Parts: sequence; C-alpha cells; structure tokens
Amino acid sequence: MIKYLGRRVIALAVILTIVSFGSFSLIHLLPGDIATVILGTGNTPANRIALYKQLGLDKGLFSQYFTWLGNIFQLNFGNSFIDGTSVSTTIGTALPIDFEMILISQVMAFAIAIPLAMKAAKKPNGLFDRIATGTSFTMLSVPPFIFIVLLVLVVSINLQIPGTGPASFVTFGQDPFHNLVSLVLPSIVLGIGSTVVYFRVLRSDLVSTLQEEFITMARSKGLTRRRIMWRHAFRPSSIALLGTAGLNIGGLIAGGFIVEYLMQIPGIGYMLILAINKSDFLLVQGIVMTIATLIVLLNFLIDFLFGIIDPRITRD
Amino acid sequence: MTSTIENNEVVVLKPEKKEPLGVFFWVCVGWLGVNLLAAIFANFLPIWGPQDSNNYVDLNTGPSFSHLLGTDDLGRDILSRIIYGARVSLGVSFGAMFLAFFIGGIFGMYAAYRRGKLDLILTSVSLVFLAFPSIIAVIAVLSFWTPRSILKITIVIAVTSIPLVYRVIRAATLSAATKDYVLAAKIQGATDRRIMTKELLPNILPTAVSFVMIGIASVIVVEGSLAFLGLSTNVTTPSWGNMINESRSVMQVNPWLVLFPSLAMCLLILSLNFIGDRIRSYYDVSEVKL
Repeated sequence: MIKYLGRRVIALAVILTIVSFGSFSLIHLLPGDIATVILGTGNTPANRIALYKQLGLDKGLFSQYFTWLGNIFQLNFGNSFIDGTSVSTTIGTALPIDFEMILISQVMAFAIAIPLAMKAAKKPNGLFDRIATGTSFTMLSVPPFIFIVLLVLVVSINLQIPGTGPASFVTFGQDPFHNLVSLVLPSIVLGIGSTVVYFRVLRSDLVSTLQEEFITMARSKGLTRRRIMWRHAFRPSSIALLGTAGLNIGGLIAGGFIVEYLMQIPGIGYMLILAINKSDFLLVQGIVMTIATLIVLLNFLIDFLFGIIDPRITRD
Repeated sequence: MTSTIENNEVVVLKPEKKEPLGVFFWVCVGWLGVNLLAAIFANFLPIWGPQDSNNYVDLNTGPSFSHLLGTDDLGRDILSRIIYGARVSLGVSFGAMFLAFFIGGIFGMYAAYRRGKLDLILTSVSLVFLAFPSIIAVIAVLSFWTPRSILKITIVIAVTSIPLVYRVIRAATLSAATKDYVLAAKIQGATDRRIMTKELLPNILPTAVSFVMIGIASVIVVEGSLAFLGLSTNVTTPSWGNMINESRSVMQVNPWLVLFPSLAMCLLILSLNFIGDRIRSYYDVSEVKL
C-alpha cells in the first residue's frame, strides 16, 4: 500500500508540474505585447510596473515560471487588472457554490442509479432492463445545455414556479431555502447526466460480476438475494463505479460551466466565462490552474480509495 | 471530451450468437446520411437562404407550408438555418475526429506493434494529458488564441482528443498483435508495414469506427457548448449551438426556435451513439480499459 501510494505521489507531482507549466504558458499564447493585452482598459504606467514585477516579464521564461509558481504556492494568483479584485478571492467565493451543486447532484445520482442498476442487472435483457437501458441511452444523447434550456422553458416559463429561472441564485448564507430552490434545476441536469452514466457502468459490471463463481457459491450457501447483491456483487462492482464517478465529478468541476452560465450561478465555471469575455487573462489562468489541480487531486483520492476497496490493486 | 467516451463500460464476455444489426441501426445510418447530404448540398436544396428575411414580415411564425419549421425573430427560415448549421457541427466534428485518428491512430498502432521505449514514453505522456480535462484545455486555448475560426476550433479539439484516441487504438492493436495470424505473417517474412496495413488495420477497424462515431457525437456537444460561450463561429453564421443560444431570449414568444435545433442536435447525437454502440457489440469489441 505504501509503495503503491508512493508511486501515485510521484505521478501526482509530475502531473502537477506539467499542469502548472501548461497554465503558465497560456498567457504566452496572447498575440502581441503580453503586458498591453493583459492590462487592457486598466493600462496605466503604475499598473504596468506592477504587472512586470508580478509576472517577472523582464526576465527569462524559466525565471518567469518560477516567479509565478512561487506566488501560486502562497495562493497568490495576482490581482485582476480589469477590476482590481484579487484572483484568489474570486476563486474562493465561487468554489463553494460548485461544491454544493456537485454534492446535491451526486447524492441524487447515486440514490437513483444504484437501485436501478441492481434491479436491471438481476434479469439482464428483461423488460425492466430493456426500458431502463433504452431510457438511459436516449438521455445520454441530450447535451446538458439543451436539457437546461428545455427545463427552464417548462418549469420556469410555462409552470411559472418562482425562484427557479436564470439569475435567481442567492447564496446559502443569505437564504438557505431560496438557495436550494434556485439550485434545483441545475442539480437535476447535472444529476441526471451522472445518473445515466453510473447506471450504465454499474449495470454492465454487475451483470458480469453475477456470473462469477463466488456468486454461485454464495447462492448455494443459501444466502438471501439481497445479501448477495449488496455484499457479494456490489463491492467488486463498485470499483468500476468509483472510477467512473471520479472522472465524472472531475468533469463536473470543469463541465458544469455551461449550466452555471445559462442559469447565471456565480460558480467557478461562470467566473471563467465572464473572465474570458472581459479578457481578464490572469483570472482565466488562475481558474484553469485551480480546476486542473482539483481534478488531479481528485484522481489521486480515487486511486487511494481503490486501494481500500480492493487491496489487490495495491500489489503489483 | 464528454462522459460518453471517457466512461468505458465493461462488456459482458459471453459468446453469443450474433444478433443482426437491427432495423434501428439502419434508420440511424440513414439519418446520419440525410444530415451529411443536406449539409453538403445545402446550396442546391429548394429552401430559403439562411440569411433571407422576408422584410421582417413573417416574424416568429410557427411551422407553416412556406416555412416548414417556422421562422425566427428576424424572419429567417429555421429549416434552412438548421441545414446550414449542420455544416458547422458536422464539419468541425468530422474534421476533428479525422485529424485526431490520423495522428493518434498512427502513433497508437506503431507504439503497440513495436513496443519498447517509444511505447513507454508515448503512453506515459498520454496518461498525463488524460488527467487534464480536455474541455478546459479547449476553452483556455481558444480564449487566448484569437481571432477564432472554424479551422482553429477543429485543430484545438482534434489535438485535445489525440491522447484518448491513442489509448484506444493502442489497446485495440495490442490485443490484435498477439494473435497467431500476425505471428504466421511474420514467419512468412511479411514486412512490418504489410503486417500493420494488411493484418492489424482490418482487425482494429471496428473499434476505430465505433469510437469515431461516439467521438463525433461528443465533439458536436463540445462545439455546441463553445457556441454558448461565444467561442465558436461568428454569431451571424448559423450553427445549432448559436441558434439554441440566440433563441433563449425569445423563448417565451417562440418555443419552436429552441425546440427544432435542439431536436436536430439530439437526434444526430442519438444516431451516432447508437451506430457506435451497435458496431461495438456486433464485432464483440470487448471494451478497452483505459
């Protein structure tokens, strides 16, 4: 286990180094004089000096990278030259909203997907399985941005349920009830998307697990069906589910942006898009770096959980 | 790319009698064909022009005989805009997948066939890139790399798809390369090039085709998302993403404007996913574990 974790930590360090270099290099894709482009409307000689100092623009590329990396380690992503706010403050207020949305949608996804997959896998190609698989396949073909637009059309516009439409977001601190109401539609979209994926993965894994000899063994011991499903089949199959969940949650940190943007929820994805539209390049860079780091850390966590659920994985 | 590709499932490995591809499969293939033909020959079809507006007379009409799917808030024909919009979605997605398979596929085959150091290096590199969410990379690069064009969008999406394509093709080639017929060809003295093109390529083709289909579906979604962010084509160019995005403001007045392009997009994605899925199970391609 320790050796396994050690290898993962090394991989983590390598990946983080590459990710950070990638994020750093982004601003060098900008056309023309970087300082002029980044400063945008906030272009004053004082700002220019500040930017040069912050990014080390008068030094070589590698020295610039280490200046930038040193600042990142102190959670200092610099100040936006568009509106003067600190990038880390913006990220700090936006991230909890994403965590809340992801939490709600994932609880929903697991609560629906696991029982459905269990039931469907009991009789592969039975009526229930066919309906559930067919439905999930169809849902897979509805992109989130179409789903959210249609939901808004039906729920907020036709049924006129208050507080569910775009731009009705309030923070949890202000008003917990309205906060939850405003997150219902986005969470449904993210949640259903995850449900479909989890259902498909868990179902097909369960179907093959149920053909294993240890299931026959459990059956011949006279164990109840429920116990066999949860105790003997679910545990080995949950590995595939967990791996998928890791990828999927990582995808939500990055992919929830379109739902956030359409519902005007000031999460990290929405901030990223606003920053792109305002050409606030330092904010874009900071957000990209944050999201990438979170996802890499999440993958590391999943690898660690793999080792706990199935200790065989840690032996090479 | 989106979850369709990334989340691979474990396929049941039970030898079964081959099910025929089924009617629905051919319906899906037909629908894909209709979309492609309409997009290619849009100029010759008896439809309104995508920018024609009837002097702002017929605004936001629902479906009628003169405008089969109705008109938008500027009086432009929706059917025509959907057909011309298919050019963007199909162009970007086919282009990106073609490019990604050309580069990623060649590297994947070569690495899996030759093994050794090159394989080790390429595989580690691909793993590093797969750890990074490609949609963020696409957005980040496109927002900095201005001015944007369809070509740039295609290139960026293609490049970010290469690691995944490489993994899939490499794994498919690996399982084919250990088969006896490859050994037999080797013993007969076939050249590496001959083995790769005549023995390996036909055997990894089903995997490749099935993956291309699902990949194209994902790229259509990615392009649509980019359109919502204003990172795709110019707003005056009709594209499905642009149309859905613009119609949000007039949704209360004219829901058709949201529904038809959404339907066009969903049906095409459904067809592509279904074709990919059926080919995969038909050729019993047991899913490649990434």
